[in-house]
Amino acid sequence: MTTLQEPTPVETPPRKARSFQLRGWFSQLPWPARLVIILAVLACGYLLPYLGDVPVIGPQIITQGIDWPSALFNMSYYVLLAVGLNVVVGFAGMLDLGYVGFFAVGTYTVALLCSSDSVLHTGWPWLAAVPIAIAVAMVSGLILGWPTLRLRGDYLAIVTLGFAEIIRITADSANFLRGNRGFTDVPHPPGSHSDGSPIFGVVDATPYFWLGLTVVIIAVLALRNLDRSRVGRSWLAIREDEEAAELMGVRTIKYKLWAFAIGAAVGGLGGVMFAGEQGFVNSATFVLQFSILVLGGVVMGGSGNIPGAILGGALISYIPDRLRGINDPIFHTDLYQFRFLLFGLAIIIIMIFRPQGLIPSRRRSMELKDRAKEVAPQ
Amino acid sequence: MNFSGLIHNLGPLTITGLAQGAIYALFALGYTLVYGVLRLINFAHSEVFMMGTYATLITWGFFGLNQNSATPGLGSVLGYLVLGLIAAIIMSGVTAVVIEFVAYRPLRRRNAPPLAFLITAIGASTVISEAVGVATHRNLRGVPPLIKPATVVHIGNTTITNLQLLIILLALVMMAVLDVFINRTRLGRGVRAVAQNPDGAALMGVNKNRVISLVFLLGGLMAGIAAVMYVLKIGDTRYDAGFNLGISAFTAAVLGGIGNLRGALLGGLVLGVAENWGAGLFGTEWHQVVSFVLLIVILMFRPTGLLGESLGRARA
Amino acid sequence: MRQGLVRALGGVAVLALVAGAAACNSTSKTSSSSSGKCGHDIAFFGALTGSEANLGVNIEQGAELAIDQYNQKNGANCIKIDKFDSQGSEQLAPGVARNLVTNKKILGIVGPAFSGESAAADPIFDQAAIPLITPSATNPTLATKGWKVFHRAVANDQAQGPAVANYITNVLKAQKVFVADDQSAYGAGLADQVKAKLGSSVVGTDKTGADGQQTDFSATVQKIVSSGATAFFYGGYYTNSGLLRKQLTQAGWKGTQLGGDGVNDPGYAKAAGNAAAAGSVVTLPAQPATKASGDFVSQYKAKWGVDAGTYSDVAYDAANMFLQGIDAGNTTTAKMNTYLSTVNYQGVANSYKFTSTGELDPSLLKIWAFKVDANGVPQPDQEVPSS
Repeated sequence: MTTLQEPTPVETPPRKARSFQLRGWFSQLPWPARLVIILAVLACGYLLPYLGDVPVIGPQIITQGIDWPSALFNMSYYVLLAVGLNVVVGFAGMLDLGYVGFFAVGTYTVALLCSSDSVLHTGWPWLAAVPIAIAVAMVSGLILGWPTLRLRGDYLAIVTLGFAEIIRITADSANFLRGNRGFTDVPHPPGSHSDGSPIFGVVDATPYFWLGLTVVIIAVLALRNLDRSRVGRSWLAIREDEEAAELMGVRTIKYKLWAFAIGAAVGGLGGVMFAGEQGFVNSATFVLQFSILVLGGVVMGGSGNIPGAILGGALISYIPDRLRGINDPIFHTDLYQFRFLLFGLAIIIIMIFRPQGLIPSRRRSMELKDRAKEVAPQ
Repeated sequence: MNFSGLIHNLGPLTITGLAQGAIYALFALGYTLVYGVLRLINFAHSEVFMMGTYATLITWGFFGLNQNSATPGLGSVLGYLVLGLIAAIIMSGVTAVVIEFVAYRPLRRRNAPPLAFLITAIGASTVISEAVGVATHRNLRGVPPLIKPATVVHIGNTTITNLQLLIILLALVMMAVLDVFINRTRLGRGVRAVAQNPDGAALMGVNKNRVISLVFLLGGLMAGIAAVMYVLKIGDTRYDAGFNLGISAFTAAVLGGIGNLRGALLGGLVLGVAENWGAGLFGTEWHQVVSFVLLIVILMFRPTGLLGESLGRARA
Repeated sequence: MRQGLVRALGGVAVLALVAGAAACNSTSKTSSSSSGKCGHDIAFFGALTGSEANLGVNIEQGAELAIDQYNQKNGANCIKIDKFDSQGSEQLAPGVARNLVTNKKILGIVGPAFSGESAAADPIFDQAAIPLITPSATNPTLATKGWKVFHRAVANDQAQGPAVANYITNVLKAQKVFVADDQSAYGAGLADQVKAKLGSSVVGTDKTGADGQQTDFSATVQKIVSSGATAFFYGGYYTNSGLLRKQLTQAGWKGTQLGGDGVNDPGYAKAAGNAAAAGSVVTLPAQPATKASGDFVSQYKAKWGVDAGTYSDVAYDAANMFLQGIDAGNTTTAKMNTYLSTVNYQGVANSYKFTSTGELDPSLLKIWAFKVDANGVPQPDQEVPSS
């Protein structure tokens, strides 16, 4: 990882931002109270599609130009991607600029196995393809990781970028992946209401969001446990100082491969969800800008911190969607053209004022403070 | 695969590749210079380039030149080229310095983690290209036909046009000038010092912020020259012209050894030629796959690129 | 202290951004569903931002012109156009489409503009039973999915490709043809049709990146030049076509470049430069606008300050078909869909009558070849048979 050192002593600001106090308060509560709060938050999460019905505040929050449950579903797979990328970037400290490649692998595996347009003609249901897609994504993570893990920092970054571009170009150009023409009739998740209509239809995106949220919760629980296990501590050691970790007996290659494979699996899972909701898959989605956007979300939210990644992932999907259907106050013209301009500005402002991310990782900010101390007295 | 096609067209494909690679190389210098000093991928560099292309075209437009005007006489063409170069260099240089000032310096002052810089760079890049996109209605802007295509060298089926020759020569000259600047001048010594050891350099009285501004400025100048070459070669520009070219240029910088000036030149040329050979062999749609596979293979055997990194040791 | 202040200011700035965005919401969901002509909406669905926005803007402006003219006759704000910006992205299309179907005032949709987003969004429109007329999604498979609301106001790729090939063999009498495409659903589909029809006179093929993904076509140019081809067909849109033409001219190639309706746009000459573009041949799966159009071209220019582009006229016709339907009292989506199945409409770009699958009636499929003149304007050349 790149290190950036500032010779002049830094006036480290007294870390008393409000989020920290909130977190301190939360961690001091007895566990039943914490559980109740967590469950309440989750319940609120499941009720989000109905936010528009809340008076006064609701209509201000929901998106205008894009259906709110769909926007929520989009947020759910962005969050999944951010959480998965956070394993690679935040936990293990490897810069990955091509994360959407794994998302593509997951999506295409589902499309190939399930769509009637596929050359395989297997026509599987969506659910059956899920484990295969995750496994394939995981293997692709290992395939990328194996030759490249000798590389450090920015070299690794460009190689991952190249990997994602190779996948995108293959999707575009290889006949069996159907390029821009894409796969139609990718099946939706199973299940039907008592009247026989499918739960996962095409018009209402709410069930997809609930499914997405459930998957996010499961993934977050799993990753959180992993981060607190031996594996997580090894990642921490690698991120901090790879050589020292190696000397202390951490098998760096093994754990870096782990990070890649797990990150890839989560990314693949995101692709699976995406394919199940869209019903149509083509090569136009997996552009490089998408990878960069997800990375932006992770860093903006707070790299190395799961709540941060969740917030960042949700924001990168939410902000551009929310900026639809906004009129400027003077001429009352629709500002749709300026959507990404405003998004770019928001990113810069957030990063300048909260360089550690919106919800910084406590461990990481301690590390950084440490680093600043090492440099400061000269 | 089309081996006979590749063999048959080897000469022409190599020449087009070299011309393309020369532009990559000039563009890559911006990445390499900034990386060498700051260890930072300046993602917004592609917009530095894009602003240069517009500055050139607007300058030429100022003289009533548009893409449908006739080719002027040789004397005025030279004048226009020089003016276009100056405009592009100024615009790109200023853009680069402004980006440094707005997006990077506040972060450096706050001792932000390295990834934060990457993200503000992406933000700055989005803002600039979107602003230009909105202002130009996302349309192309055509380039006046300043250089009448003519073949100057003819060997077998290999031809070199005047424009290709100009691009390749200009890139080599600029490269040499920059090399001399970094290695022989007082300012260049400051750059190398900061690249080698920022703290040591600061202790020895080098003004680090000034060196950083200088590095951004130099990268911007090179991007400005690349911008002029690009518009002459492609014939158009657009608000997103920098993005894809930026990726290739960045790949070139890493291929040669990022932080290494000569590496940028070598990487650019190798990449340009490889892409064109790949396009001849597999079809144009695969040309980037060829370049990325080449990159991965080279990095597997030489993990810091063809010539290795370090601006500070560029002299050795 | 200073740090704290800056931090607080930053927080305020971010908050202000969000709150400001929230405050100037365009929530104008007045529920005044009138039974008369007025108070209904027509939707546009397609890219208004993003790298493929140009085509979407052409279409939106054509449709909006039709609605403006209708409102001038029937009172301001009689019919409202709702713009749904899909950014041309399959990824966003379902969410935007679901948002569209929540607006019950919408009687018809002009769009979706591209084939890819159509595949992702049309099932939703079909489920919600809102009739749509696409002025530009030409992928043949779209009509085979059994969507009852689907209508296509242009010929699909199967008709246009053979016509281009006929022009190459019969009019240009070219023996050596090079065919390339941009790998889009539209461009590749068209190029495949051309290749199939031309058979052995194709001396080389290539594929490029899509619009905005590639600007340097030197490898493709090199292949065309050394293949000795005298005609070059490019399946794609006008931006890449124009760039290719310009770079081919730069490389000294003197053959004829051809393209489909995606190239039949003033943007082609803008990208290529008039000198290079002159002599290129582009097709249009409809009557030339200037032949039947009346005042459309001048009105469009007066309203938007730019020339009507590809599909602007078809979009204008599509919107007018809906408006005529409203005039005839079809003020529910179901009635409108039935109306469209029997419509026989004489527009500025073509005459329209739909088959049961929503395709244009084969008798109305006219393919015209246009030649780009010295001012970069495609001028009608001749009608070409498509079989």
